[in-house]
Amino acid sequence: MSNEKDIAKSIRRAALKKNWRLFRRSKLGMIGLYIVIFFFFLSILQPILFVTGVWNKGVYDPVVGYSEQFQEFLVVECPTEYPTEKYKNRSDCPGRTEVNVRTLYYSDAEVGDYIIQNLQPAPPSSEHILGTDSLGRDVFSQIMEGSQVAFVLGLLSATLGVGISTILGTIAAFFGGKIDAYLMRQSDLILMLPTLPLLFIISAFAELQVWHLAVVLGTIGGLGGSVITIKSQALQVKVKPFVDSARITGGSQMNILFSHVLPNVAPLALLFMVFSVTGAIASESVLSFLGLLNIDMSWGLMIYLAQVEGFIFSGMKFWWLILPAGLSVTFLTGGFYLVGRGLDEVFNPRLRDR
Amino acid sequence: MENTLIEVKNLEKYFEVSSGLFSRNKAIVKAVDGISFNIPFGSSLGLVGQSGCGKTTTARALSLLDPKTGGDINFYNTETSSMQSIDELEGEELKKFRRNIQMIFQDPYESLNPRWNIKDIILEPLNIHNIGDLKDREEAVYEILKTVGLTPPENYMPRYPHELSGGQRQRVSIARTLIMKPKFVVCDEPTSMLDVSIRISIMDLMLNLAKDLEVSYLYITHDLAVARYMCDRIAVMFNGKIVEIAETEDLLNNPIHPYTKRLISSIPIPDPSHKRETYEVNFQELDSLIADNPNSGEMIEVSSNHFVATHDVKGIL
Repeated sequence: MSNEKDIAKSIRRAALKKNWRLFRRSKLGMIGLYIVIFFFFLSILQPILFVTGVWNKGVYDPVVGYSEQFQEFLVVECPTEYPTEKYKNRSDCPGRTEVNVRTLYYSDAEVGDYIIQNLQPAPPSSEHILGTDSLGRDVFSQIMEGSQVAFVLGLLSATLGVGISTILGTIAAFFGGKIDAYLMRQSDLILMLPTLPLLFIISAFAELQVWHLAVVLGTIGGLGGSVITIKSQALQVKVKPFVDSARITGGSQMNILFSHVLPNVAPLALLFMVFSVTGAIASESVLSFLGLLNIDMSWGLMIYLAQVEGFIFSGMKFWWLILPAGLSVTFLTGGFYLVGRGLDEVFNPRLRDR
Repeated sequence: MENTLIEVKNLEKYFEVSSGLFSRNKAIVKAVDGISFNIPFGSSLGLVGQSGCGKTTTARALSLLDPKTGGDINFYNTETSSMQSIDELEGEELKKFRRNIQMIFQDPYESLNPRWNIKDIILEPLNIHNIGDLKDREEAVYEILKTVGLTPPENYMPRYPHELSGGQRQRVSIARTLIMKPKFVVCDEPTSMLDVSIRISIMDLMLNLAKDLEVSYLYITHDLAVARYMCDRIAVMFNGKIVEIAETEDLLNNPIHPYTKRLISSIPIPDPSHKRETYEVNFQELDSLIADNPNSGEMIEVSSNHFVATHDVKGIL
């Protein structure tokens, strides 16, 4: 029988290889996969850097770290009328390494002197490759922390949501009748609810932490539209002759449900899972951007801080406070979406050619 | 009758079709309307007729897949050596009884779970009924694969259905139905989706297995040639009723009912110069004739073992 096991193993490997080949053929899917792997690498890199001692926790901690950034400044006096020889308009003075004498009311330095000041937020340097924020915290470390949060939240809420919708959708298709009618009306109702305003209300009453948000998002997603889609897929499986054949043989309802119907809706459920990660990460960013989430650090919170401290309106002068976090949200959600598209090509019988 | 395996009396299967959510009048579709036949041990009955005449509905009712709405199905119980109505069976008894009846489906592409390998597919009935230990079951699968001609079995057991050809899949379905050693197998056009070159080998396999394992078939088809090859007797169905039932050769050579005549006259003959004389039947007239006749379910014996529905015999005899 060992011979048979070997064949089974090689066949399973061949099937995996074939699916991998189909996935690789979709360029978008591969791009998405690289993006997701990149962010996953970022999120596991931070703890490694702390443990190995490459990064000092006091300096690089994304929440309580502090990095002194002293720099020499030239004291100048900004003119009252523009343009002058040195400055074209008002926003050019003081320059990046200059300080206006009129704002130095606590010092007796004079025009032409050099004074040393603590510069926060500091632009990117070799020490902090994405600079620091206004409190002297390393932005790159914050990005890493944010990607940990995004992965935990996205995967947790997606798993929960898809688990709920797969079980409910299959039950609705399989038993039909009143159970089906109830579940479908319920998901219509939840589909109708606007998710974000609902989350605002919830966060007004309860202090939302990341895993709370994951549970709420997962439940709303799991009871909503995906139940209907999973049900339609399960209905297709239910009328297949192999289900009849199991029934003739005497298989019980539960037996048929778990061994025939569920395995055949699983690929669709996986697809839903990947797509719902995108929604979860985006909702988290919106909520923490609005300051409604009780969370230490996340990408949305970084943009929120930059906004409340006024850096968001200074053009691209303080780009390292806004761009890295904004692009991270965009790329990771986009990456998961593209992976979903790639998986669609593997699992969707309409798009599949083999 | 001592040697009757299954006896069907006035089997009825009606479907209710509601015309709207709040409307009270429900239309009733009489898919199978009072058919009777019996099948002796080891003999097979062919069921022929046009599309939508209720062949598959009969099959599904006989295999206890859908509940019948009327009539009796009696089955020979080997334990008590007497006929037993399937209505009396419930729970565990029913599950045990299901071992006796199996069904082979038309579409070999859909009748095997695409996510299971061949071994698991054939093992499923044994697992459901908890027969033997794991080693016995694997040996049984090995043997049955050899029997249906999928050799060497260890090459097929780990494969998935999509890796096999249509004919091989249908062999797997046959193996799956026969592993329980059933007495009665309902075949719903098992060869109609296979290509012609494979068809005959599958039919030979089924005939040999029937002889070896003493299985009776109810063979549904609309190909009279297939029915002639496979069956001892043929029943012709029309609009939910059996209109004629006889020994195969008797029916083909000496059809009495106009619908049977029409059916036989429409068999193509592979001769370009042959001028076909089709027997024309006004189906509407026939339909109303059946509907108007209160005794249309009754059959009369015109010669030995040759029964014809009464509604039309008046015109002939």
